[in-house]
Amino acid sequence: MRRSVSSHINKIIFKMKKKFPYHILVFLFPACFIYTVFMIFPLFDTIRISLYTQNLMGENMDNSSNIRAFIGFRNYYDLFFNENWSWHFWNALKNNTYFFLLHVSIQTPIGLLIAAFLSSRNLRFKHTYRTLIFLPAMMSIVIVGYLFNLILSNLWGIPQTILGVVGLEHLYQPWLGLKGPALITISLISIWQFVGIPMMLFYAALLNIPDEILDAAKIDGSGPMSTFWLIKFPLILPTVGLMVILTYVGNYNAFDLIFAMKSLYAGPEYSTDLMGTFFYRTFFGFQMQLGNPTMGATVASTTFGIILLGVLVYLFAFQQRITRYQY
Amino acid sequence: MKKLLSITLLFSFLFSIGNALAGTVIIESWRNDDADAWNDKIIPAFNAKHPNIKVVFQTTIPNQYAASVSAKLEGGNAGDLITCIPFDQSLKLFNRGWLASLNGLNGLENYPQVAKDAWSTDDQSDIFCVPMASVSHGFMYNKDIFKELGLSIPKTESEFFSVLEKIKSDGNYTPLAIGTADTWAISTMGFQNIGPNYWQGEKGRKGIISGDEKFTDSHYIELLKSLAKWGDYMATGYQAQTYPDSQNLFTLGDAAIYPTGSWEIFTFSQNADFEFSAFPPYKPDGQSECFVDDHTDIGIGLNAASKNAEESKIFLEWLTSAEFAEIFANEVPGFFPLHTHSINVNDPVAKEFISWKDDCATTIRNSVHIVGRGEPNLESVLWEVVSGVVNGTITAEEAGAKAEASLANWYAPHQ
Repeated sequence: MRRSVSSHINKIIFKMKKKFPYHILVFLFPACFIYTVFMIFPLFDTIRISLYTQNLMGENMDNSSNIRAFIGFRNYYDLFFNENWSWHFWNALKNNTYFFLLHVSIQTPIGLLIAAFLSSRNLRFKHTYRTLIFLPAMMSIVIVGYLFNLILSNLWGIPQTILGVVGLEHLYQPWLGLKGPALITISLISIWQFVGIPMMLFYAALLNIPDEILDAAKIDGSGPMSTFWLIKFPLILPTVGLMVILTYVGNYNAFDLIFAMKSLYAGPEYSTDLMGTFFYRTFFGFQMQLGNPTMGATVASTTFGIILLGVLVYLFAFQQRITRYQY
Repeated sequence: MKKLLSITLLFSFLFSIGNALAGTVIIESWRNDDADAWNDKIIPAFNAKHPNIKVVFQTTIPNQYAASVSAKLEGGNAGDLITCIPFDQSLKLFNRGWLASLNGLNGLENYPQVAKDAWSTDDQSDIFCVPMASVSHGFMYNKDIFKELGLSIPKTESEFFSVLEKIKSDGNYTPLAIGTADTWAISTMGFQNIGPNYWQGEKGRKGIISGDEKFTDSHYIELLKSLAKWGDYMATGYQAQTYPDSQNLFTLGDAAIYPTGSWEIFTFSQNADFEFSAFPPYKPDGQSECFVDDHTDIGIGLNAASKNAEESKIFLEWLTSAEFAEIFANEVPGFFPLHTHSINVNDPVAKEFISWKDDCATTIRNSVHIVGRGEPNLESVLWEVVSGVVNGTITAEEAGAKAEASLANWYAPHQ
């Protein structure tokens, strides 16, 4: 009796195993198809194109002849070591790294600070502050770029006037036009615009911390500073890590603010050139410079590699080691 | 923007009906500023002679024109007539077989060779666009300010700087309305403006192509040194001043002199409420000959796949006539027809620009023909070094060396 029941159950299990739920495929298909066609295929095709060279002037060609020729890793060699390309590449990479470091070291702490203030229990007008600080993040970058170009204009800008009021007019510099300060200025504008995003994330994470833990800390005699650094901060550390990696991906893909404020000159003298603007100039060409799609694909693939590397470091070195607390 | 969008929509609508009608010639262009002139004057004038040919002027946003027109040509849905960017961008289209050869088109004899160079193959065996218009360089000045300060028009370098010095010491006006934030502006309106007087026009331009002259030669260094002095007379913080900033600075009447191109005449005469005129590029001290840049800027070619090739050719032939030249020169002041016909121009500032060509030899920009096609592109390198020189971040000698090195990198005559 017993045996027959168990064999019956086994049979049922076997039957369940045998029958593959084919309808799942139907449900998976649209997403997989779209993802493959629009993400995976273009990605690999970009990497493929980066191994080719192209006859830019189209000399001695008609429409039927093959415009591209395979050259292996030559484009990558040129990009890293041939001075005409490598100067721009390393310059863009250096600027981009600087841009990222400024974001991480300024935007993240400020976001955390504001979130900490917002989550304190006896602050009035919380929602107003939150909305106001988040507002710039919802504005179009083109508008932000245009506004700041006007605000900082050497002819009709306002820093001169404001500095003049306190008698410090000589401190005014055309920050957007000077080689050193230009990138810092643009980074600060970007930080100002997007500081609301880390703030929101940290704020949500801080709100998630149960009151019991904080009450217990209070009873144990922990002051606000030690509560923050010893209890709240470790609890939201995964969110901080997430924010850093989001900033990393966003910054190495950044393009729009530079494009809006500096056009593709990325001036002065390419001191605000990022990987994105460098890619655009290479791929599409700029003014008199003809576009070079295969070299552009090389720049894009390299940028992809840089971002992938950062994300992998984050996943293996940071996320796997971090302790998650259940509450 | 809204206007632009509606114009684009209108044209794409017109384009769709246009395709359906046989014998409709569609012109692809980036000159949406001239759309009114084309639709209200030029095309009606053509139709007065050829009433059976319908012509549609269709525009694309300027900075996307090159990319969009080559995509359309590749896809086979471009218009019949293609407005041609000078030199390599159009040569590329011809090499791909997308533009038809116009050898033997009646009326091409009405153009000087330098005008045809912009749209011919390097060996001049094929011409693929009808030259349409050129732009010139010079300095515009605010007549009221010149009168107020008792200034006279400078002819030589030292006169130029003494005028600037007087305006500066008066203190009420910015002497020079230009900035370096848009590097093309200072390079095109500075370097290419006064440059021909330093490199002796065509002689220097051909010298760079043949490799007989180098950017490290003394006259190029002198030119760059002259530009380096401009910085002292530009507005405070000129390093961040963009091209539209400079335009506004001048049209608001706050600046005395504006290094410029003739293409500004049209918008300036609408915006400025003071009298302005222009003077030609200054010469190095002690030089008697003068040279002006008369840069071939717009041409018009025939789509090789056009279904209306016959009608299009009739239109192209009409473009070579004196009738078109006169309408175009007056409707779009600042763009000068490249024909050899003598024509009447009414705009006083445009007239002033044209008058220089009587006394001075003309040339085109030295960085575009043949030497402009390499990587790195000479034009872009010049923009970078010229703005560096004016900003004072590099010396004239370093700038010359950098431009020469970029050319030597890919161009055999300079190696």
